[in-house]
Amino acid sequence: MALKIVKGSIDRMFDKNLQDLVRGIRNHKEDEAKYISTCIDEIKQELKQDNIAVKANAVCKLTYLQMLGYDVSWAAFNIVEVMSSSKFTYKRIGYLAASQCFHESTDVIMLTTNQIRKDLSSPNQYDTGVALTGLSCFVTPDLARDLANDIMTLMSHTKPYIRKKAVLIMYKVFLKYPESLRPAFPRLKEKLEDPDPGVQSAAVNVICELARRNPKNYLSLAPLFFKLMTSSTNNWVLIKIIKLFGALTPLEPRLGKKLIEPLTNLIHSTSAMSLLYECVNTVIAVLISLSSGMPNHSASIQLCVQKLRILIEDSDQNLKYLGLLAMSKILKTHPKSVQSHKDLILQCLDDKDESIRLRALDLLYGMVSKKNLMEIVKKLMLHVDKAEGTTYRDELLTKIIDICSQSNYQYITNFEWYISILVELTRLEGTRHGHLIASQMLDVAIRVKAIRVFAVAQMATLLDNAHLLTGNVQRKGICEVLYAAAWICGEFSEHLDNPTQTLEAMLRPKVATLPGHIQAVYVQNAAKLFATVLKSQEGNTDSTAAQETSQLMIDRLPLFVQSANLEVQERASCILQLVKYIQKLQQKDVEIAEEVIALFAGELNPVAPKAQKKVPVPEGLDLDAWINEPPSESESEDEQPRAIFAKEEPKHSRPRHTEVDEKELAKRREARKQEQANNPFYIKSSPSSQKVYQEAPGVEHIPVVQIDLSVPLKVPGLPMSDQYVKLEEERRQKDRADKKKKEKKKRKEKRSGRGKRHDSGPESEEDITPAHMVDIVTEEMPENALPSDDDDKDPNDPHKALDIDLDKPLADSEKLPVRSHRAAEVLKSPAQDGDAESAASQEPKKKSSKEKREKKKDKDRDRKKSKEDKKKKKKHKHEEKGEDLLGGQAEEPVVQSEATSEVAAPPTSTTAEVSDLDFWLSNAPVPSNTQEAATVVAAAEAAPTSEVASGTAPDSEPDEPKDTETEETKSSKHKKKKQKKEKEEKEKKKKKKHHHHHHHSDGGGEESVQNGTVEEEEPLPPMSNYCLLAENSYIKMVNDIQGNLQDGSQVVVSVIFENKCDSFLKSMEFNVLDSLNSKLQRPEGSGPHDGLTVPFQLPPGVSNEARFVFTMQSIITPQKLKGTLTFIVKNEDSSTHEKLDFKLHFTCTSYLISTPCYSDAFAKLLESGDLKCSSVKLEGVVMPFHHLLARICFRHHFSVVERIDSCASMYSRSIQDHHVCLLVKTSGQTVSIDAKCDEPTLLGNVLDEIKQTFSQC
Amino acid sequence: MIKAILIFNNHGKPRLIRFYQYFAEDMQQQIIRETFHLVSKRDDNVCNFLEGGSLIGGSDYKLIYRHYATLYFVFCVDSSESELGILDLIQVFVETLDKCFENVCELDLIFHMDKVHYILQEVVMGGMVLETNMNEIVAQVEVQNRMEKSESHMERMLLRRHLEPLSPHSHELG
Repeated sequence: MALKIVKGSIDRMFDKNLQDLVRGIRNHKEDEAKYISTCIDEIKQELKQDNIAVKANAVCKLTYLQMLGYDVSWAAFNIVEVMSSSKFTYKRIGYLAASQCFHESTDVIMLTTNQIRKDLSSPNQYDTGVALTGLSCFVTPDLARDLANDIMTLMSHTKPYIRKKAVLIMYKVFLKYPESLRPAFPRLKEKLEDPDPGVQSAAVNVICELARRNPKNYLSLAPLFFKLMTSSTNNWVLIKIIKLFGALTPLEPRLGKKLIEPLTNLIHSTSAMSLLYECVNTVIAVLISLSSGMPNHSASIQLCVQKLRILIEDSDQNLKYLGLLAMSKILKTHPKSVQSHKDLILQCLDDKDESIRLRALDLLYGMVSKKNLMEIVKKLMLHVDKAEGTTYRDELLTKIIDICSQSNYQYITNFEWYISILVELTRLEGTRHGHLIASQMLDVAIRVKAIRVFAVAQMATLLDNAHLLTGNVQRKGICEVLYAAAWICGEFSEHLDNPTQTLEAMLRPKVATLPGHIQAVYVQNAAKLFATVLKSQEGNTDSTAAQETSQLMIDRLPLFVQSANLEVQERASCILQLVKYIQKLQQKDVEIAEEVIALFAGELNPVAPKAQKKVPVPEGLDLDAWINEPPSESESEDEQPRAIFAKEEPKHSRPRHTEVDEKELAKRREARKQEQANNPFYIKSSPSSQKVYQEAPGVEHIPVVQIDLSVPLKVPGLPMSDQYVKLEEERRQKDRADKKKKEKKKRKEKRSGRGKRHDSGPESEEDITPAHMVDIVTEEMPENALPSDDDDKDPNDPHKALDIDLDKPLADSEKLPVRSHRAAEVLKSPAQDGDAESAASQEPKKKSSKEKREKKKDKDRDRKKSKEDKKKKKKHKHEEKGEDLLGGQAEEPVVQSEATSEVAAPPTSTTAEVSDLDFWLSNAPVPSNTQEAATVVAAAEAAPTSEVASGTAPDSEPDEPKDTETEETKSSKHKKKKQKKEKEEKEKKKKKKHHHHHHHSDGGGEESVQNGTVEEEEPLPPMSNYCLLAENSYIKMVNDIQGNLQDGSQVVVSVIFENKCDSFLKSMEFNVLDSLNSKLQRPEGSGPHDGLTVPFQLPPGVSNEARFVFTMQSIITPQKLKGTLTFIVKNEDSSTHEKLDFKLHFTCTSYLISTPCYSDAFAKLLESGDLKCSSVKLEGVVMPFHHLLARICFRHHFSVVERIDSCASMYSRSIQDHHVCLLVKTSGQTVSIDAKCDEPTLLGNVLDEIKQTFSQC
Repeated sequence: MIKAILIFNNHGKPRLIRFYQYFAEDMQQQIIRETFHLVSKRDDNVCNFLEGGSLIGGSDYKLIYRHYATLYFVFCVDSSESELGILDLIQVFVETLDKCFENVCELDLIFHMDKVHYILQEVVMGGMVLETNMNEIVAQVEVQNRMEKSESHMERMLLRRHLEPLSPHSHELG
C-alpha cells in the first residue's frame, strides 16, 4: 500500500503540471494542435492511474485545455472521481473542472448526488463552499430536487460564508425545481435581515432576480425592502433594491408615491454615480407608472432630466451613454422635457463612439415632431453618407424609416418628400434592409392615395434605372426595392405617364438575373401594365400600336418561361398564352381591353398584421383535430403556399429559391411536358415558339452597360429630398403669414381665445398643415376580432415556472422532497390527481375557520406597523381610521378593537403579508388580482368590526357568520365587502361539492362527508400527516414527526398548537419525560427535566407551529413518550394555569426518509444478501393499486422504485441508514408485501404500522 | 445575472472563460472570437458598454468590459445588473488579482488559470455577485490557499515517511 503511494508520488514528480503544459503550448506555437494532442494522450494515461494526485493534476490540465476549446467531456467520470477526493486541494480541482464542462445532459451528474450531499454537510466550511460553487454551475432538475432540502438547511449555517453561498444558489435551485420555491421562501425572506451584510446582499440578489421575472408575487415584500433601502449603506444592496422597486412600481402606483421622496433624497446626497444613476432610473419608472402631468411631480422630472444632462455632458463616455439610455425612458412619457435637450442629443450623433451614437438615435425617434422631422432626417441622411461601417449605417437606415413611419406616419406632412427619401436610401450600398425600404414604399403607396401619382412616377424611374441597382453583387440586398417598384407600377398603372416605356423596362433580359420572387412580381405586373396599355391604345384608330405591345410581350415573356423559379415559370407561361390569345383576337379587331383590365380589377387594402390571429374560432371548430388521417412523415413542407404580395416578409420567399434545385426542376419540367403532350385538353404551344424559348437570351441585343461604381450612385431624374426641405420651409412661411393675417383679424374680434395655447416653440404642432390632403388608409381587421392582446408572452421562458404565488400559506403537501412527499408524486394517475385536488379543497375548508382567525392576527400586525409608522411621523392616530401614509384618501374605515391591541404580533405568517402591504401603502383597497388576497382583505375588515360590535367578548364560534350582530355598525361599504366575501364563501362551497364528487368516483370510501367534519377523517394520501396529539377545551395539538437526514440520531417533531378558546394563551411550556432511548433536546444549561418554552403566544383562534428536536439512540422499535403542556389562559379579568397531558408516539415510520433509489441499485441491494426477509398480507383492501402505493409512499415515507402492473418495488431509508425494500403485489382484495431490511426488528415494526394504516380504512 | 465572464488578451487569446449558461466548446470559442472582434476595435476612450453581441444573450444582454494593459475583462450581463456596478466589480476583481498575485500581469493569468478561477469564485457565483468587499475576498482566498499548502505539506511529510522505509531500519512499516 505504502509503496503504491510512494510510487505514485514519485511518478508525479515527473508528470507535467499545469505550468509545464502552458509552457509547452507556448513553445510549440507552430504545431500547437499536434502538441496538445500528445498532451491529451499523456493525460489519458495519467487518468488511468490509481493515484488521486496524478488524476487531479490531469484534470487540472484538462480544465485549461477546455478553455482553449477542446471538448473534455470524455473525462467526466474522472472529474467525478477527483471531486470525491477527501483532500480539499483535489476536490477543488474536481469541482472547478465540473463547473466548466458539466451541463444538464452530462450523464455522470446523477452519480454525484450523494457526493455533493456529503460535501454540503462537511464539517469543513470550505468543502461545503466549493461544492456549492460547483453546484451553482451544473445543477440539474434532479440535483435540485434531491438537494433542495440540504441547501435550505445550509441557509441557516453558522458561518456567514456558507450562508451567503447557500442563499445565492437557491435561485438556481428554484429555476430547476420550481416546487422548492414556496417551501424555501420563508427562510429566504428571513435572510433579508441576516446580521451579515454579505448574506443580506445575497438574499436581496436572489429575491430581486426572482421578482424581476414575476414582480407581482413579490409586491408584499415592498415594506421590508423599503426598510432595507432606508437603512442600508451598502451601495450594492441599495442598487439592487432600487432596481427592484423599479420593477414593482408599475404594478402598484401607490408604492411609487412613497418612493419618490427617499429616492430624491438619495439623488441629492449620494456621491456614487452608480447609485445616483439607478435612483434616477427608478424615479423615472415611478413617474411613468404615475399618471403623467401631475403638478407636484414635474419637479422630480426636472431633477431627473437635469441630472441626466449632467451625465450626458460628462467627459466620461460611460456616463454619457447611461445618461442617454435613461433619457430615452423619460422620453416615452414626458417627451416635452427631453425635447428641450435636442441640441445635446444631436451633438451626440457626432460622437466617435458608436454605442453613444446608437443611443442618441434611439432618442431622436421620440423627439421628432411635424415641425422638425425634415430637419432631423436631413441630418441623419448626412450621417448615412458619412457612416463608415455597414452595421451603423444599416442602423441609421432603419431608424430613419422608424422615425418617419412611427404612429401611422403621424409626423409626415409631405409624402412626396418621404418617397424621395426612400428613393435616396436605395443608393445605399450593401445594406441588408432593401426589403424594409420596399415595404415602406408599398405601404405608403397603398395607404396614401394622394401620393400614388408621384410614387408611380418615381417607381417607374427606378425600374428604368434598375440596372444601377442590380449591377453590383454587393447591392443584392437593395434589389428588393424593385419588387415594390414593379408592384406599384403595375397596380397603379393608370397613373403612369408612359406605360409602354415602363412595360419595356420590366421585360428587359437583365431582369432574369433578379431573385425569383422579384421576377414573379415583374411578370405579373407586366401583365397589369399590358392591360393598361391596351386600354389606352384601343381608342386609337391605328391598331398597330396595340399589336406591337402584344408582340413585345410575346417576344420577351419566353425568357421567363425558362426561369428556374417555378413561380416565375408558371406565371410567365400563363400570361404568355393569354397574350397570344389576345393577339389573335386583336387581329380580328375585337375590343378586348375591358375584359383584360377586368382580370386585375379590385382594390387591395392593407390588412393588419395580427388580423389573421384575431379571427375568432367559430364554435365547434377544433383547429387541432385532424380532418383526415395524418399524412406520412415523408410529405415534405416545401410546397408551402406563398403570398404573392407578402410585403411584410419578403424574406420568406428567398429561401424558396434554393429549395428547388436544378435537377429536380428539370425532372419536373420533363414530367410536365410529358403530361402536357399526353393531355388532349392542353393547348400546346406551337413548335416555333418553343424554339424561341431556347433562343430567347440571344434575341435581345440591347447593349447593357454594367456600371460598377463604388461611390454611392445618384439615380438620374429623381428629385432630391433636400429640395423639399426648402420648399416646405417656404410653404410653411407662407402658411404662417396667411395665418397671422387671419389671426390678427380674429384677435381684433375676440382676444381671449388664443392665449391658452401652450406653444412649445415659435410654431406649434397644429399650425403645420400637411402639403397634401392625406388619407391614410387604416389596416383592416376581421369582424368581431378578439380584443385580447396577450399573445406576446414567450411560452418557453424558464422563469414562467417560477410565477408562483408566495403569499398563500404553505400547504402541508408542500415540503421539500427529502422530507416525504416526492414519492407520491412519482405516480401520476388521474385518480391521484383527483386526490390532490380534494386535498387542496380541504385546505381552504380548514382555513375557512382558521382564515378568519388569522385576519385578526393580520390586524394586529397592521396595527403594530401603523403604530411604528405613526411614531415616526409623529402624527396623532385616529381611532376609526388608519393613518393614510401616502396622503391619499382613506376609503375603508379600519376599526380596531381594544381587546387585541395589547397582543404581541405572532411570528410572521405569509397570509398576513397582503393586507399588511395594503396597509403600508394606504388604506385604500388594493386592486389585487389574486382572489386569495381579496378574501383576506375583505375578511380582515369584517372580523374586527364584529368584535367591536359584540363588545369586549369576542365570538366563541369563529365559524359562525357574524352578520347579525354587526350589521348596524357597518357602513354600506362594509356590506359590500361582506357580500363579496359571502360570495367567495359560496364559491368555495361549490368547489367543495365538486371535489367531493371526485372523491366518490375514486372509491375512497366515505359515503357522506359533511362540511366541517372532514378534517379528521380524511384519509387520502396527499393529506396531512399531522395527527392529533392531545386536545382539551383550550387548546388542540397536532403533530408530525420527521427524521433528520443530516443527523442519524435526530427526529424533528412539529407540533401545531391551536387556540380553541376565546382567551389568550401564553407562557406555554412543552415538556416530555425522557426515556433512556429518547431525549428531548434542551438548550444548553437547562436541566434534564426542564420544559421548553414554546416561542410564541396564541391569541384566540390562532394556531402556530413549533418544532422540537429529539435525540434517539435506537430507532428499531416504536417509542411512546409522556409529556405535558402547561400554559396560562388569560382572560380580560382573570388568568388560570392549565395543563394538557399527551403521549408522543414515535412510530418506526417516522424514522424513515423517502429516498429515491434507482432500480439497478435496488437490485444490487437485494442481491447483496445482507437483508433479512419478512412478509405481511393485507386482506380486504378495496382501493386501486396506485392509490395504495401512494398511501404507502405518503404515510410511510417510501418511494416507488419500479412498478409493473400490479406489482411494485419500493424503497426507503432510515435515518440510521437501514435500507428497507418492499415488494408489493396485489391480487383481488389481497395485498401481499414482501419486505427486506438489514434490521429485522425495524422491519417488523414498519410492516405492522403499514398493516395498521390499511386496517383503519 | 451575469451570463459569462471572459478574459482575453489583445490578440484574442482566452486567459479565462467562465460561462454561467451552457454552451458547447466550439460555441464558446465562437463567442470569444465575436466578443473579441467587437471589443478590440473600440478605442480606449469610448464607453465600456456594448450592445449587439448576437451569439450570447440578445437584446436584454450587454457586454461590459474594461481594458487593462494587455488584457480585456469582459462581463456579459443582463438588464438586472447595474452597468456602473459591474464596472466597479471588474475593478474589484482586478484589484483582488493584483493583491493575490502581487502586481498581477498577464503571465500570472496564463500560468495560474486555476487560481484565477478560485478567486473569481469568491466574487461571482453561478452568475450572481457573491461578494464585493475586496478584503473579504482576499481573506477567503488566502484561507483556502493555506489549506492547500498544509495539505501538500502533509503529503510531503507522508512521502518522506514512506521514503524512509527504504533504509534498512524499519522494514515492517511497509
